[in-house]
Amino acid sequence: MRRFLNLLNGPRTLGRGLQFWVGFCVVFVIAASMPTFTDSFAVTNLTFFLVWTFMALGLSVMWGYGGILSFGQTAFFGLAGYTYGVVSINLGDAHGLTWVALLVALLLPVLLALVLGYFMFYGGIRDVFVGIVTLSVTLVFETFMAQTAGPEWTIGDARLNGFNGMSGMPPLTINGGESNLIFDGPPLYWFVLALVLVCYLGLRLLVNSRFGRVLVAIRGNPDRVEMLGYNVRMYQLSAFAIGGGMAGLSGVLYTLWGAYITPSSMGLNAAALPIIWVAAGGRKDLTAVLVATVALTWVSQQLAIYGNQYALILMGFLLLCVVLGAPEGFVVSLVMFFKRKLALRKQLA
Amino acid sequence: MDYLFQAYAVFYQFADAFAFLTLSGLGLAIIFGMMGVINLAHGEFIMCGAYVTVLSARAGLALPLAMLAGTAAAGLVGYLLERHIVRRLYQRLFDSIVATWSISIVATQGMLIVAGPSIEGIKTPMGSFEVGSLSFSVYRAILPFIALALLGALYWLFVRTRFGVHSRATIQDASMAKALGVDTRSIYSKTFVLGAALAGLTGALYAPTMTAVPTMGTAFIVQSFVTVVVSGADVMLGLAPSAAILGLIQAALTGLSGQLIGQIGLLVTVIIVIRTLPTGLSGFFLRRNGEK
Repeated sequence: MRRFLNLLNGPRTLGRGLQFWVGFCVVFVIAASMPTFTDSFAVTNLTFFLVWTFMALGLSVMWGYGGILSFGQTAFFGLAGYTYGVVSINLGDAHGLTWVALLVALLLPVLLALVLGYFMFYGGIRDVFVGIVTLSVTLVFETFMAQTAGPEWTIGDARLNGFNGMSGMPPLTINGGESNLIFDGPPLYWFVLALVLVCYLGLRLLVNSRFGRVLVAIRGNPDRVEMLGYNVRMYQLSAFAIGGGMAGLSGVLYTLWGAYITPSSMGLNAAALPIIWVAAGGRKDLTAVLVATVALTWVSQQLAIYGNQYALILMGFLLLCVVLGAPEGFVVSLVMFFKRKLALRKQLA
Repeated sequence: MDYLFQAYAVFYQFADAFAFLTLSGLGLAIIFGMMGVINLAHGEFIMCGAYVTVLSARAGLALPLAMLAGTAAAGLVGYLLERHIVRRLYQRLFDSIVATWSISIVATQGMLIVAGPSIEGIKTPMGSFEVGSLSFSVYRAILPFIALALLGALYWLFVRTRFGVHSRATIQDASMAKALGVDTRSIYSKTFVLGAALAGLTGALYAPTMTAVPTMGTAFIVQSFVTVVVSGADVMLGLAPSAAILGLIQAALTGLSGQLIGQIGLLVTVIIVIRTLPTGLSGFFLRRNGEK
């Protein structure tokens, strides 16, 4: 138990100590009770903000901790979304089969990540190429899905529907005797929130474990780690698969949230967003990424009222400013700034 | 006789794909070969070249001059970006790539706001010619020769000029070159401008054949990526063979089963190439020569 807590509170995550965890619990309780004192519109929006955090957390583990920069996380996102659509439309929502669809939709992106990762990491290619290959895969996948408009592009009962995307998939359902529990509105929100909690804590355990230590060492210098007898490729492949799976989770939840998925949700603009959230928040810390993702999706949504292009321009500028001015990420920089101030005050007192 | 016509049609397709791959990869490859930076704003330099070409041609400039203007504009933008942004990030590889991506987003969306979803294009010059019953565009038939000429010019630049010697020295060992009195910073800066201008030229050359839209860079970017990955770091050695091989694959697959399959074929080729030749074709050539 003590070891477990030590891992959770470990050295490779910034937020730790009693103060942090008290704050964390307060935020979580407030988040969990949101549906009781806001309307359904706000709950739907909150769900939307949380949906993206998985993809960002996964990218943070890959890029921030492991030094693997993938530009194409949305390929896994889209694959998962489409898979859920195809499977759930074919199986229907009886007998708990939507959960089977969910499972399949999570497995496929991990599988894709493993195959793609095998070719990349076991080919021994350099870091920049990982970005190029993932981005190319994503763009070609998007082009492919966008041309599936014709009636010949159906899988079972599900029409892929080209550029307009797929819709009409059933929500997650727990089939009871007389009444079904359907996951939309508050139940979906709680489900997503619970998943955020589980994934966030799980990834904290992971990065603070031995696995995380090796991963961070690989980020520093892969050759040195290899010389010390570690199977670097294996670690990189695992991190890549985790990232792919997390992006897939975001994709499924997004599909569940809106009951639709389109090719443009993985295009160039969509693919840039996870990079922006992770870089802006501070890629080397999970908590910072979590906060930044929710904050930035909220800002984007507010700006989208004036037009999507303005939101994207601001995100682009933000990314540029962060890279030039605060390479550790603005959330991390802010925290560091206040910590230094506090320390200074203590010294003076 | 019919077979001959068909054969020419296939050759034309191949040459067209070769030209497209070479031209879209050139600017990217030069910047990558020199600094290891993948310039993700590459597509936007192409877009910039195309827009300036179209706008100045419609304003009454002769087409070759308009193309020159497009090239110069992209080079100028490249100079400004290098001066103010990229220069600060040379020691930080990932950051420089992410920075060029953010530039790409801002440029695309900015163009969308300023110039709208598309602008009126210009006609493809020079008409068409006929082989048997098939008709081909003269202009597109000339593009492969322009691509070859550009490769030749670059070869001359990198092998015969003082700049070329300095830049090759910088690629090989930057700190040693610096110690011997080469101004490596200015070499980097010039290379970036050269890469940007070449991208602009690509946009200018293809401007008469496609509609100028803010997202047109995306049409080039996958092709340019795959060409550069297959080519590897040494542009002079790898780019032309890489574009030839990929062009062959793309033309064959496109001819057999459509544009999309052609693109997917390229991608599969790339994934196989990085598994077997992680340093690309040029790395393969170099290693073979080294062993002799």
